[in-house]
Amino acid sequence: MKLSVWTYEGPPHVGAMRVATGMTGLHYVLHAPQGDTYADLLFTMIERRNHRPPVTYTTFQARDLGSDTAELFQQTCRDAYDRFKPQAMIVGASCTAELIQDDPGGLAETMGLPIPVIPLELPSYQRKENWGASETLFQLVRHLAKPCTPNEGLTCNILGATALGFRHRDDVAEVTKLLAGLGIGVNVAAPLGASPSDLTRLAAADFNVMLYPEIAEPACRWLEREFGQKYTRTVPMGVGATRDFVAEVAEITGMDPGTRADESGLRLPWWSASVDSTYLTGKRIFVYGDGSHAVAAARVARDEMGFEVVGLGCYNREFARDVRTAAKDYGVEPLITDDYLEVETAIAAAQPELILGTQMERHIGKRLGIPCAVISAPVHVQDFPARYSPVMGHEGANVLFDTWVHPLVMGLEEHLLHMFREDFEFHDAAGPSHLGGHGAQAEAQPTADAAGSMPGGDAAPSSDDIPWEQEAERELRKIPFFVRGKARRNTESFAEAKGLSRISLDTLYEAKAHYAR
Amino acid sequence: MNDLTPIVGGCADTPVLKQRGQREVFCGLTGIVWLHRKMQDAFFLVVGSRTCAHLLQSAAGVMIFAEPRFGTAIMEEVDLAGLADANEELDREVARLLARRPDIKQLFLVGSCPSEVIKLDLSRAAERLTDQHGPQVQVVNYSGSGIETTFTQGEDACLAALVPTLERTEAPQLMMVGSLPDVVEDQFVRLFAEMGVTLATLPARTRAAAPKVGPNTKVLLAQPFLGETLEALQRTGAEHIAAPFPFGAEGTATWLRTAAAAMGVDPALVEDVIRAPKARAEAAVARVAETLRDKSIFFFPDSQLEIPLARFLVTECGMTAVEVGTPYLHKGLVGGELALIPEGAVISEGQDVDLQLDRARAARADLTVCGLGLANPLEAEGLSTKWAIELVFSPIHGFEQAADLAELFARPLRRRAMIRAMHSAVAP
Repeated sequence: MKLSVWTYEGPPHVGAMRVATGMTGLHYVLHAPQGDTYADLLFTMIERRNHRPPVTYTTFQARDLGSDTAELFQQTCRDAYDRFKPQAMIVGASCTAELIQDDPGGLAETMGLPIPVIPLELPSYQRKENWGASETLFQLVRHLAKPCTPNEGLTCNILGATALGFRHRDDVAEVTKLLAGLGIGVNVAAPLGASPSDLTRLAAADFNVMLYPEIAEPACRWLEREFGQKYTRTVPMGVGATRDFVAEVAEITGMDPGTRADESGLRLPWWSASVDSTYLTGKRIFVYGDGSHAVAAARVARDEMGFEVVGLGCYNREFARDVRTAAKDYGVEPLITDDYLEVETAIAAAQPELILGTQMERHIGKRLGIPCAVISAPVHVQDFPARYSPVMGHEGANVLFDTWVHPLVMGLEEHLLHMFREDFEFHDAAGPSHLGGHGAQAEAQPTADAAGSMPGGDAAPSSDDIPWEQEAERELRKIPFFVRGKARRNTESFAEAKGLSRISLDTLYEAKAHYAR
Repeated sequence: MNDLTPIVGGCADTPVLKQRGQREVFCGLTGIVWLHRKMQDAFFLVVGSRTCAHLLQSAAGVMIFAEPRFGTAIMEEVDLAGLADANEELDREVARLLARRPDIKQLFLVGSCPSEVIKLDLSRAAERLTDQHGPQVQVVNYSGSGIETTFTQGEDACLAALVPTLERTEAPQLMMVGSLPDVVEDQFVRLFAEMGVTLATLPARTRAAAPKVGPNTKVLLAQPFLGETLEALQRTGAEHIAAPFPFGAEGTATWLRTAAAAMGVDPALVEDVIRAPKARAEAAVARVAETLRDKSIFFFPDSQLEIPLARFLVTECGMTAVEVGTPYLHKGLVGGELALIPEGAVISEGQDVDLQLDRARAARADLTVCGLGLANPLEAEGLSTKWAIELVFSPIHGFEQAADLAELFARPLRRRAMIRAMHSAVAP
C-alpha cells in the first residue's frame, strides 16, 4: 500500500477511455461498479467535450456480486450495441471488476456481435493511465489494421493523439501542416479523430509519425514489424527537434537529406536572440512532466532559450531510461518518481528561478514562490484553451517562448527593479505587475521587517540557522525578491561551510563572490 | 398560500418509476471532500485503488493542493496476494500518517469497492488501530464504496459509524444531524438559542465537541440522505422530529416550527424569532423567482436532495416539475414533501441513464439538473442545465441562503437568454 493524495496518472482504464473518446464509431463497455463514471467529467469538463464519452458502465452493486455480474455484463454489451451501433467495441474491467474475474473478453466473444469486439487486459494494480492508452491503441491496431494498397504519393499516419491529451488537438494540426509543406499527406491520424474503419487502412501509409511515444510506441513497433512501416523517434517540440524531425522524415522517405521545412512562421530563434532576452541567460530551470515532454522541454530550455537546466524528471517509469540519458547530458540527477512530495523536495533544494511542469508543479511553485509554466499533463481546464496553441512544430516553438517567458520578470522590468529598488513603486516587495497578489505582499511588509522574514519567495531563517547581523539582513532586503531566497540560502551554506557563527555584511558579499557565475 | 400544508395527495401516491442499469453518479467516497472540511481534526483514509485516488482528486479540484486531511492507501499487486500482508501494510501506513500529522484526533478508515470485494476487514482493523493509537486517536470504519453507497450516502455511512462512539446522556436535548457549512450551522444555532434551545450538532467540528445521545434526545435532520444515521440514533432511544427540509423561506420556517414545537417552545416566541429573517428570505426569493416562474424542471438523480429542492422550486418559485429523480427514495424522510409537489411529475428512483436521457430529451424541460458528465453534452443539445454537485457544496439551507439557492437555478436560464443570439449561431 502506498499513501497518496495526488496522482499524476489515473488508472489504466482511464487511458482506454482517452483512446475511445478520441475516436468516433468506437464504443467501450467497461465492467465497473457505480461511481466509476466520475471519469466522464474529465472529458466533458476539463476538455469541454460536447458529447458523452462513448463508454457504457455495467454499474454492478453489492447485491449483484456472484454469478449475476457476468449476465449483467453481457446484457450491457447487447444494450450498448443496439443503442450506439458502433463499428467496433472494446471491452474490459476496471480495478474492482478485475478482482471478481468475470473475463469480459471471453463473455463478449460468446455473444456473436456482428462487429469486432476487442478485449483489453489492463492490470489496474500494476499499471497506469498512459500504459492503458498505449495498450488500447496497440490492441485496436493489432486487431483492425489489414494489408492494403499503398496510397498514391507520400503519406504517413500520425499516431498517439488522444482525448484529454495536453495540446494534442493543435499539435496534430501543426504537424500535419509541417508535413504538408514537405509534400507529405496524412493517411490516418489516430486515435484522435479516427474511426475503427480508418484503422483498417493504416498500412496504406509509407511511414508513421510517433507523435506521443507514451501512447503510440507499441502500435508503431507492431506496424513496423507487420507492414515494414518505419516510424519517427523525434518528438518535434522546439526548433532543433523540429529540424531533426524533418531530417528523420527525409531519411525515412528517401528525400534529399538537405530538406528543410519553410521556417517563415518561426519566431522563437529571433525572439530568443533579441537583446531583451539576454537576461534569460543562465536562468535556473527545473523540468518535470511525462518523459517525452520533459526531455523535449529541457532541450528547448538549454539550447534555444539559454536557460540552465538544474533538475529533470518524469512520473512515468516507462520513460525513465530516456530521462536518465538526458539528465546525464545536462549534468543533473534524474528524478524518477510519481510522489509529488519528492518532487517538491527536489524543487525546494534546487531553488530554480522557473519550473516547467504539470498542474501539480504549478501549485508547488505557488507554495514556494517560484514562477511556473505548464509543459505536460496532468493539466487542468485552462490548459485546454480555445485559442490555437500547439507545442510542436513552428507555431509550437513560438507558443513555448511566450508561455515560458511570461511568468518570468521581463528584462526591462527586471532592470527597473534594480535601478529603483528603494523607490516606493518599484520596491522589491512590490513584485512585477503581471504576477497577481502583490497587493497582499505590500500589506504584509511592515510586519515582515519585524519578523525578519518576507512572504513570497524569501526563505525565512529557521531557528537553527546561523544568525544574521542587522546590517547584513538590511542589505539582503535590497536584493530583488525573486533572487533573495537563493541569496539567503547561498550565504547561509557559505557561512556554514566556513564555520562562521554570525553572518555579517562581509559574509554576504564574500558568498556572492564565491557563487558568482 | 405559501404554507406547507399538503395539497391533497400531490405526488405522495404517484407510482415510483424504478429502473436499474448504468448509473451516472458518484460513489460515497465523494462525501469525504466536504466532511473533512467540517471535522477539523479528522483524517479520512480510503483503502482502495488508484481509481479511488483519482476520483477524489477529480472531485476535490484545487482543494487537493491545500494539504487536505484525506488520502488513499492505494492497494498494489502485493496487497492482493494475501490478506495478512494487507493488514500489516495498512498498520504501517497509518503509523506513518499519524506520526506526520499529530493534530489528527479521529481517523476514518473508509472502505472502497476493491477493499470490500477482497473482504479486507476494516472494522477489525479500526479496532486494532484504536488499541494501538488510542486514546489520542479514535479510529472508525465505514464504507464509501460504489457497490454500497451513492454520493451523499457516504456522509450517512460516516455519521452512522460515529453514533456508537458517542457518549450517552439522559438529558433532554435537540440534535441537528447533517454537516452544513459553518455559516449556516451558526445561523441555526443562533435561531434556536433565541428560542431558548441549545442545539447539539452531528458531526461536531472537533472530536472533543462530539455530542452525547440518549432516550431524551430529539433528532432533527438537516439533510434528507441520513436514513442510516437516523436509525442508529433511534437505536440509542433518540426520537425523530419529522419535518420538511430547511430549503426556502417556508421550508426553513416549517422546519424550525416543527422542531421548536417538539421541544415545547411557545409558538408565539417562535414566530417572533423567525419573523424578520423569514420576511427577508421571502422578499429575496421573490426577486430571483421572476426568472423561474412557470418554467419546467427535470432532475437527474444525484444527492437525494432532489425532492426537497423540487418542493422548494415548485411551491416558492412557481416552477413545474417534469421528473424528479433520486438515487434512493426514503419515503419516511421525504414523503411529506412529495405530497407538496403537484401531481403530474414523474418520480423516479435509481437510474438507467440512457433511458432517462431519452425522457429528458423528449421533455425538453426549461432547466435540467444533472451531473457534470451530462451537463455539457445536454447543453450542446440545446438544453439548459444546472450541475447538481454545486448544490451539495454551496450554502443553500436556511433563511439567509434561500435566495442564493433560487439563484443557482435562475443563473443558467438568465445566461442562456443573454448569449442566445451567439449560442444559436455556433453549432457545438
